[in-house]
Amino acid sequence: MKIRMDTAGLRQSKWYEYVFRFVFGGTVTALAGLIAKRFGPEIGGLFLAFPAILPASATLIEKHEKQKKERSGKAGAGRGKAAAGVDAIGASMGAIGLAVFALIVWLRLPESGTGMVLAGATLAWFITSVSVWKLREVLWRRVRKGSKQY
Amino acid sequence: MKEILLRVIVGGGVVSAFALLGDLLKPKSFAGLFGAAPSVALATLVLTVMKEGKAYASTEARSMVLGALAFFLYACVVGRLLIRRRMPVLSTAGLATTVWFGCAFGLWFAVLR
Repeated sequence: MKIRMDTAGLRQSKWYEYVFRFVFGGTVTALAGLIAKRFGPEIGGLFLAFPAILPASATLIEKHEKQKKERSGKAGAGRGKAAAGVDAIGASMGAIGLAVFALIVWLRLPESGTGMVLAGATLAWFITSVSVWKLREVLWRRVRKGSKQY
Repeated sequence: MKEILLRVIVGGGVVSAFALLGDLLKPKSFAGLFGAAPSVALATLVLTVMKEGKAYASTEARSMVLGALAFFLYACVVGRLLIRRRMPVLSTAGLATTVWFGCAFGLWFAVLR
């Protein structure tokens, strides 16, 4: 499957959905800081990888996909749930990259510049996540091709 | 109070930027990668280094590795329940955070404590 940009996704979102994400993301960041302050960095650090945004974005994806199907006169409830599920599977691959990000920050931050470590770790997150996604695509295609032959 | 407000603004901005990027990309499984972007971590770590120093932020990152592994398990469970069982999205994604809590604290207890 080819990766592409599609601005239609932006048109589907309402302004208050962006505000909701902003407030939600900001609240989680503030809470992560407060938890670290109260319980120390060892517990606080766990919450840097808390899946706070996933429930909100999965709900929005379901809503948009459902509306799209219903506009074309079809029932969209099942399709909406499946689309949200596919998004979550994508997030699971991103989480592998997130572990690599954390590993790099943990090992490199004490000796290197903060900006460089965070930029490098973010790049590593992206490369790892995309590589895992690509690998899964290739394997999935082979499995499907194989099952068609038998 | 000032610090909390700063965290809300920086965190909200970084999270929104990654979410916007995810909205723009297709297919959906690829866009989903951005659901696990290091947005909260980036916002938090910059402010933590400024206030508490690098050693403190590095300790947070060590625990974050375990949090990310718990995130992986959480997202797999949510994805499977939504695709195979077609369960309600918000309650599934919300209730499955117990999987994250169980896994993250279980790993922390086993590895770091």
